[in-house]
Amino acid sequence: MNRPKVKKWQEPGNVDAYPIGATCPSDHLVSINAGWRTYKPVIDQDKCVMCLRCFLVCPDGVIDKSEEQLTIDYDYCKGCGVCAHECKPKCIEMVKEDK
Amino acid sequence: MKKFISGNDAVAEGVRLAKPHVISAYPITPQTIAVERLSEMVEDGSLKAEYMHVESEHSALAAAMGVSSVGARAFTATSSQGLLYMAECLPYASGARMPIVMMNANRALATPWNIYGDQMDSAMLLNSGWLQVYVEDAQEALDMMIQAYKIAEDSRVLAPVMVNLDGFVLTHTYELVEIPEQTKVDEFLPPINMTEQVMRLEDPKSLCISAGNDFNMEFKIKQEKDLHASRSVIKEVDKSFGDSFGRYYNGMVDTYMLEDAEAVLVTTGSVTGTARIVVDKMRAQGKKVGVLKLRYIRPFPEDEIRDLLKGKKRIGVIDKNISFGYEGTFFTNVNSALLSLENAPESYNFVGGLGGRDITKDNIEEAFNTLLNADKIDKVNYMNVRCDL
Repeated sequence: MNRPKVKKWQEPGNVDAYPIGATCPSDHLVSINAGWRTYKPVIDQDKCVMCLRCFLVCPDGVIDKSEEQLTIDYDYCKGCGVCAHECKPKCIEMVKEDK
Repeated sequence: MKKFISGNDAVAEGVRLAKPHVISAYPITPQTIAVERLSEMVEDGSLKAEYMHVESEHSALAAAMGVSSVGARAFTATSSQGLLYMAECLPYASGARMPIVMMNANRALATPWNIYGDQMDSAMLLNSGWLQVYVEDAQEALDMMIQAYKIAEDSRVLAPVMVNLDGFVLTHTYELVEIPEQTKVDEFLPPINMTEQVMRLEDPKSLCISAGNDFNMEFKIKQEKDLHASRSVIKEVDKSFGDSFGRYYNGMVDTYMLEDAEAVLVTTGSVTGTARIVVDKMRAQGKKVGVLKLRYIRPFPEDEIRDLLKGKKRIGVIDKNISFGYEGTFFTNVNSALLSLENAPESYNFVGGLGGRDITKDNIEEAFNTLLNADKIDKVNYMNVRCDL
């Protein structure tokens, strides 16, 4: 899976060492970002027809098509449910996180 | 070379000498002629800059931020409601530490609205993270355009600067102004050379990132520390400007006959000139009066205010603004600086000039006489009003 890489940020011990201005190199992720998800999309691989509709509509680009089956990067999926809503064969189920 | 020009023209001349790469502005009331002059200078080739005719003041500052983000020199100008429309972008520019210079013609806010001068607009944006300087005359306006870039682009500062001119009284009146030579300005103000947070094709950046509640506060504290530290740069730049061009403005504040004064008026901007004349007249009558002119309101000259007003009997702060529900904004700021003084002077507020009402020599003399003689003075006094209050 083609996943973004988390670069550990060396947290400055003094405020003077913070970046000047709210600007940083692009593609600079310092943490995963999935904490606000209540439901997670789960793909039923048997029913999936690889139409890639979910891949196209995912606002966070977390659906990976580089392998034989689609996979979801749960480190960055925010659980919005657009993929499940748009899936024509209805093979994506939104599953409550505490289950 | 000397020219007889308006405050707006003086700003345009100063900006031409500072050689910005891009000027972005929106031409509508309450915009001033400064940006019209600049467009003519770009047209006739005497200023080699891109002139961006944007669709609003909000866009004007957003465009200036784009310019600054690639390390180029940006200028914009606005006024009054235009500044307020731009307001959303102001903390973006300061938080991203972009050394943009903006002229603001201090003009009244709606409603009732008019195009005359007061300081309600910039006073409302004191918390935006911009340096705010208030100039007294057209010469200072021109000179501050050049100084402002030098201060803003200093790596110890990296903050945008708002140069405030009193609307109409300063922007639209004519004075004899010394235009510095380009070669000397080039020597004083070298081309912009930003090394931090600059976006290049080979080094793309994400601008104006978000920082959550885990790191956001430290970014803000760093910004606050650096704005405080800009005081020393302001003083350095003013000194070196004076050494090069022969005009010193005394950094954070200026004074007139202050040393032995018993009654002091604290001023900003063009009313200072009127106050100087009144001081001359009253001094000739043996009255010990003086003026403290606040040049910068952000960063605030708290040390200078304490040092210079220590031991004074009474002071009056002239505000061309009201923070509705309290008092004049600069009065509040001055008082908070005085708090740590033992035996601080009695301090009173003189609110005047709203919506362009004149503050005359007589009004200022009356304020001085009140400070010198009155047994009891109201906390807030309104100057030159036309009916009972």
